[in-house]
Amino acid sequence: MLHIDNLSATVADKPILKGLSLTVNAGEIHAIMGPNGAGKSTLAYTLGGRPGYDVTGGTATLDGQDILALAPHERAAAGLFLGFQYPVEIPGVSFVQFLRESANAQRKSRGEAPLSGGEFLKLAREKAGLLRMDMDMLKRPVNVGFSGGEKKRAEMVQMGILDPSLAVLDETDSGLDIDALRIVGEGINAIMRKPDKAVLLITHYQRLLDYVKPDFVHVLAGGRIVKSGGPELAHQLEEHGYEAVAA
Amino acid sequence: MTALALPTRRDEAFRYADLDALAPLWPLAPEIIEVAAGATGALAIVADGSAAQARELAITVADGGSFDLRVLNVGRAYGRIAVTVTLGKAAQFHIGAAQLGGGEQVLELVTEVRHAAPDAVSRQVVRSVLGGHATGTYLGKVAVARGADGTDAGQSVRAMLLTRTATANARPELEIYADDVKCEHGCAVGELDAAGLFYLESRGLPPELAKRLMLQAFIAEAFTGAADEDVLTEAALSALEALL
Ligand SMILES: Nc1ncnc2c1ncn2[C@@H]1O[C@H](COP(=O)(O)OP(=O)(O)O)[C@@H](O)[C@H]1O
Ligand SMILES: [Mg+2]
Repeated sequence: MLHIDNLSATVADKPILKGLSLTVNAGEIHAIMGPNGAGKSTLAYTLGGRPGYDVTGGTATLDGQDILALAPHERAAAGLFLGFQYPVEIPGVSFVQFLRESANAQRKSRGEAPLSGGEFLKLAREKAGLLRMDMDMLKRPVNVGFSGGEKKRAEMVQMGILDPSLAVLDETDSGLDIDALRIVGEGINAIMRKPDKAVLLITHYQRLLDYVKPDFVHVLAGGRIVKSGGPELAHQLEEHGYEAVAA
Repeated sequence: MTALALPTRRDEAFRYADLDALAPLWPLAPEIIEVAAGATGALAIVADGSAAQARELAITVADGGSFDLRVLNVGRAYGRIAVTVTLGKAAQFHIGAAQLGGGEQVLELVTEVRHAAPDAVSRQVVRSVLGGHATGTYLGKVAVARGADGTDAGQSVRAMLLTRTATANARPELEIYADDVKCEHGCAVGELDAAGLFYLESRGLPPELAKRLMLQAFIAEAFTGAADEDVLTEAALSALEALL
């Protein structure tokens, strides 16, 4: 599904990703762990096409399509979803308003009929329920006044509504208390644990992986994948630290 | 200024005015609005249409009174709204204004808010969206008289330029002769928040739709809380559509 080959990228002209390669097949969940500043968010943003994150080498394809050549909204229509480490607050624009337009823009580009207002609200209510989020919160301006945990749950509600084939989730577990962690973990499983979908789960900690069991775990350090393994690698990292395990 | 002689650009309040467009309208007859002590008043001005227009309002709000003024300045030619407000003790004044222009439009909002007595509150929210070769100006003077302690004056003035050829002038000015005064200035000419735009686009919203949503939210701030908020906002949004 996702093939990243020898990807290099700069942020504000500073080289951060330095020849990163990774393959994620449909039906798989991959965890990416790594120390602060390793380039995890840079990987997420580069895949998402954030301005300022410039690809200087290598390739990334999603279902065979060169996603690096696409605009951010086209990447979303191609099936990519980015869960933000720091979801952005947008005063005056409500979730339901922009998500319906987003979903319909995606559908249009795939030649599908748009969702009516009623259909969209039904879908949104269902996904909000999955994440135990009050539907009223989705009528409020995007992330404004939300707690850290609410923002992360709202990210997952959006993922549920947009139904991507590949989700890149950047520290979705940070800022969550134990209960919210379980709800978010179960939400990720319910939405993405499917044979035709895949997840790239960027995290610092083992704890989310207790709920969302990864098939593979990778260590990202210095802008590259320096070690890959199964779920046991996450436990080793937790126990012995990045330096000992990835050295 | 005298009522008869056409002002010149040396007049601070006419620095950016389109004097050629103003000449046939001159002299202007000020519209007088008086709010009695403890009373409330409101006015919404929608300056659209194709002819040049210039209006002058002189508003007096007596002790404990309040006045809510909303302005949508979207005329297709020159549009100038000048407002002078004099506030009594503990009086309140709110202006929410949006100016949207493209082409060669010249739009101006000139305010002078005089806090003549203690404890009055004034709020000014001005949002401009300018494209083409349009010029949007806000000149806003807040004058706090001697003894007008407890004054609370706020100005939030923001402009978005859709093209590099559009111009925004924003000049808040404070003249304070009292102590214990709270005046907040916010003044910015800029572009839409890039992080917000990327967030919306990452969900699949094409850039032009993402921009439109953010501009709509930006303009709507001028009409928040107005009695006819929905009507004004809708009129502003259709003016926005003409610019995009
Ligand atoms: N906007 C930016 N401008 C300059 N440097 C940046 C910017 N964003 C991130 N960096 C740098 O890029 C490196 C990787 O950051 P990031 O990808 O956020 O790491 P991680 O998510 O793994 O903690 C860090 O050294 C960070 O300081
Ligand atoms: Mg990060």
